[in-house]
Amino acid sequence: MRAIVVDSLHKRYGEVVALDGVSFTVHAGEVFGLLGPNGAGKTTTVRVLCTLTTPDAGRAEVAGHDVLRDSSAVRRAIGYVPQESGVDQYGTGRENLRLQGQVQGLRGARLRRRVDELLELVGLSDAADRVVRGYSGGMKRRLDIALGLVHSPQVLFLDEPTTGLDPEARAAMWQELAKLAQVETLTILLTTHYLEEADQLADRLAIVSRGKVVVEGTPEELKRRLRGEAITLELLDGAPADPVRVALSLEAVHEATLDGRTLRTRVESGARAIPTLLSALESAGIAVESVTSHRPSLDDVYLHYTGREFAADEGPAA
Amino acid sequence: MTAARHTWFMIVRQTRNLMREPIWIALLLIQPMIWLVLYGQLFKRVTHLGGFGTASYVTFLAPAIVVMNSFFGATWSGMGMIADLDRKVVERFLATPASRLSLVLSQIVRSALTAAIQAVIILLVAFALGVHVHEGAAGWVVVVVVAMLVNMGFAGMSQGIALLTRKEATMIAVANFIGLPLLFLSSTLLATAQMPHWMRVAARFNPVNWGVVAAREAVLPGTDWSSIGLHVLYLVALAVATAAFATWTFRAYQRTL
Repeated sequence: MRAIVVDSLHKRYGEVVALDGVSFTVHAGEVFGLLGPNGAGKTTTVRVLCTLTTPDAGRAEVAGHDVLRDSSAVRRAIGYVPQESGVDQYGTGRENLRLQGQVQGLRGARLRRRVDELLELVGLSDAADRVVRGYSGGMKRRLDIALGLVHSPQVLFLDEPTTGLDPEARAAMWQELAKLAQVETLTILLTTHYLEEADQLADRLAIVSRGKVVVEGTPEELKRRLRGEAITLELLDGAPADPVRVALSLEAVHEATLDGRTLRTRVESGARAIPTLLSALESAGIAVESVTSHRPSLDDVYLHYTGREFAADEGPAA
Repeated sequence: MTAARHTWFMIVRQTRNLMREPIWIALLLIQPMIWLVLYGQLFKRVTHLGGFGTASYVTFLAPAIVVMNSFFGATWSGMGMIADLDRKVVERFLATPASRLSLVLSQIVRSALTAAIQAVIILLVAFALGVHVHEGAAGWVVVVVVAMLVNMGFAGMSQGIALLTRKEATMIAVANFIGLPLLFLSSTLLATAQMPHWMRVAARFNPVNWGVVAAREAVLPGTDWSSIGLHVLYLVALAVATAAFATWTFRAYQRTL
């Protein structure tokens, strides 16, 4: 069963191309991550899937319903947790949940039970009758998620669920979300610009860059596809030769990129390549300050597929 | 049907939030009280000029202050919409089956309900100041209904402007821009008979004046029910037209998302 089908979505806002042919598929029951820097098109994709906006071209289906032709069926099937909390600050947690349940068609005892259940699930039972304005960032986020779940949707969209949370609250949120992926028979699509978050939570993920999906797979698969190890060298200033050319002249080095004074290379085996690499650089007159070697991370995956370092790719928010 | 039910849910939410800060309603009442008490005293003798239909200026003034208050309140009602847009409350509902119409209508009805509560309070104060409503209970009902209709007419407009501009500063500018001119181009403070000719003509097209005329007819002796009926009809038409405008601007807003 395919819970989400996205087929070459295009969308522009004036001069800005937000989506440039995004395509991917999410299977029922999985946690799917859309990973990319701010401005990559993640949020726009989610907004199309949640029927908040329409694409200029392309097609998308959620829970078997076309987002354009059958938007009201989509709205009944999904829960949407936006980046910026849409809770009513002046209402209590319980009131917010009740209203959300009411517009989703829940009534009477069923609504009451469901609201209590959700407050319990996200750990807000004690704060249920307090006005949301007094909630902490983490509590508000948990309420947001409960709001998205009130009608037991088939697909839950989480747009940057942990952005703006402190590290402690983020770790707690990860636990909550992992729990959620188990408890509810639910398909979750989450967007994030934290590589670590995608690695932790997503069964599968797609890397989005400049309005396109550049690669799709499980985090393990993606990392495995980058054979070998990554070696990062910090160079001293004033290199007389091009370090990238020197590195690539070696047979052991598959890839090399230079970012300021940081030379990143990809090699088959670190133990064998490091001595050759160091001596080649030394004979070219390039001084090395430090060397580190590590198994490929999602950061490397990102670098590999987009040709840009993740942190360097953070554009203006869209 | 769904639209009506959802509108009700939304009104409950807004009203509950308002009731959490009842100080707000009180604050909104201070200004009309000042008009009623101070202005009523200051211009007590203005009725000697004639054409007021009563010798008691405060009686002449009270129904008009009710209408003025509901008019002023309505011009600010878009602020609620802007707050919901800014805090993304509207977007959250747009991703649910919530009736789109209910998101707009609830703001207008909530505004009108506030105006009704304020109308009753102002009438009670007026009563304490010795104002006698000629038509009794029916008169009170007319004044409250007219207050609600005037409010709905301008609230629809205010919601539309809120949805088109989405800026509080613009809302404040519009409210200030139309507030006093429409007030002075009506018979709120002075009998029509004492107005220059061109103002009398302008007042005929001023919805605030429609409300003032209808409400005053119910309070002063010699009530002309057909005049009340006619002006109420105008106000209903205005409320329907501006509600349609607000709904249209809501669709325009959705298209910009």
